[in-house]
Amino acid sequence: MRWHKIYALCLRHIYLISNSLPRIIDLIYWPTVQIFLWGFISKFFTLNSEYYSNTVGIILTAAILYDFLFRVSISYNIMFLEEIWSRNFTNLFIAPIKLSEMIASLTITAVFRSLIGLIPAALLAIPLFGVSVFKIGLPLLALLLSLYIFGVTLGLLVTSGLLRFGPSFENIAWASLFFLAPLGCIYYPVEILPLSLQIIAKGLPLVHVFEEMRNILLNGTVNYIEVFISILISIAYFIFGVIIFYVAYSGARIRGTLINMGE
Amino acid sequence: MSIQIKNLSKKFNQVYAVNNINFSISTNKTVGLLGPNGCGKTTSIGMMLGLIKPTSGDIIIQNKNINTFERNELLSIMNFASPYVELPKKLSVKQNLEIYGRLYGVKNLSLRVNELAEDLNLKDFLNKKTGELSSGQKNRVSLAKSLINKPEILLLDEPTASLDPDIGDYVRTYVQSYKSKNKITILLASHNMAEVERLCDSVIMMKKGKIIDQGTSKEIISRHGRANLEETFLKIVRSKDEMA
Repeated sequence: MRWHKIYALCLRHIYLISNSLPRIIDLIYWPTVQIFLWGFISKFFTLNSEYYSNTVGIILTAAILYDFLFRVSISYNIMFLEEIWSRNFTNLFIAPIKLSEMIASLTITAVFRSLIGLIPAALLAIPLFGVSVFKIGLPLLALLLSLYIFGVTLGLLVTSGLLRFGPSFENIAWASLFFLAPLGCIYYPVEILPLSLQIIAKGLPLVHVFEEMRNILLNGTVNYIEVFISILISIAYFIFGVIIFYVAYSGARIRGTLINMGE
Repeated sequence: MSIQIKNLSKKFNQVYAVNNINFSISTNKTVGLLGPNGCGKTTSIGMMLGLIKPTSGDIIIQNKNINTFERNELLSIMNFASPYVELPKKLSVKQNLEIYGRLYGVKNLSLRVNELAEDLNLKDFLNKKTGELSSGQKNRVSLAKSLINKPEILLLDEPTASLDPDIGDYVRTYVQSYKSKNKITILLASHNMAEVERLCDSVIMMKKGKIIDQGTSKEIISRHGRANLEETFLKIVRSKDEMA
C-alpha cells in the first residue's frame, strides 16, 4: 500500500465535503436528530410506562401516518431530483409551462406515489399486528389531508433549495423529514418536550395531527377543532412554500443555475 | 425580424458574462454563434430561452419583448437542443416525445411523432429506453424533441458535439433540409467551423462576453485575411482583446 495514494483518495472526499456546506450540515444533522428523537421517546416511556398499555397499535398507527407524510414529501423531492439526475431540467424549464402547473403536477403525482406505499402497509398491519389505521374512522381522511398538504409543502421547500443551491442540496432533501420528527411529537405527547420547544411544536401541523390521532384511539372522541387547526396550519405553510418556490425560481434565473443543471 | 437582441448584458458576481451585445436574425436565416469556451454563447442562449434573467437589455422575439410578454407564448414557438441537456433516461423515446408533445400542446401528436421518427430514423428504437441509446441515437432523439412543436425559432447548442463524422453529417444535412422545407430561424452555437460555414447564412463571433465581429463567413474570413473560418477563429481568439 502506498500512503500518498491513500492520502490522495482521502483528499478527494475531504475536498468534496469541505466544498459543500449542505454536505457538512448533513453529517452533523443525522446524529443530532437521532439523539433528540430517541431521547424524547426514552424520556416519555420512562415517565409514562402505562400510557399505551391499554391501546394496542398507537405507535404503529403513528408510524403509518408519519410514513405517509414522509412518502409525500420524498416523492415530491424525488420527482424533481429525477429531472436533475437525468439532465432533463433545462428541457423542462424551456417548455411553455407555468410554475403553478409544475407545482400542481408534482402535487398530484406525489399523492399517487404515496398511496401506492401507504395502502399495502396499512393493510398488512391488520393481519400481521392486529392494528388497523382505519379504526380512526372518517377523521383519518382529514388527518391524511393535513399530512399531505404539509408533506407537499416540505417537498416545495426542498425543491426550492435544489433550485437555489443545486444538486448538492440533495442530502438535505433526504433529511428534511427527520428534522421534524422530534418536534412533531409523533410517538409521544407534546408535553414531553421542554416548554420552549412545545411552543415551536404547536406551530407545526404534525403535533395537532398526532395528538388528535392519540385522542381518537385512546378516548374514542374526535376534537374537530384540532383537526381543523392542523389543516389550517398546513395550508398556511403550503402558501409559504409556494412563495419560497417562486422566489427560488426567480433567484435561479438571476444566478443562471437553470441552464445545464445536472448531476 | 425574428430575433432582435438590444444592449444585452449579464453580470455574474460583478463579472460580465455577456457585455452589451446587439444583433438581429431575420426570419428563415441561420446564424452561427462562435467563440471560445466561456465567451458567453450559452449565457446568451439561456437569456433568449428565459432561463437566465438579463442584467440589462432587451430580447425581442417575433416583435415581442421577452421581459414584458407572456414567456410561455414565446416558448411555444421556440425550442432548443444541446448534447448537454438530455431526456429522462428511463422513459422510452416514444414516451419522451409524447410528453414533450403534450407540454408544447402539439395537435395530432401520434402523427407528429411518427413523422419525426421517419425523418430522423428513430423507428428502430422508438420503444427503447432513452438511456440505452448510443450518443448518435440520443442526439437524433434530442433533435426530434426540439422539433416536436414545429418551432419557428430553433436554438442549437453544439448539436453535433461528440458525434462521429458520419452521424454529424447526417444531423447537419437534416437541419439544412428541415430549414429549407419549414422556413425557420436558427441560432447555432458551435465549435465546428466547417459546420458553421455549411449551415449558417451569417456568423457572430464572441469573445469575453462581447461581439467582436459579425457578417457572412466569407466577409469575416476576408476581413481577417485568413483562408477559412477555423483559421479566422484561431486568429481572433488568440489576439489580445481584438474588437471589430
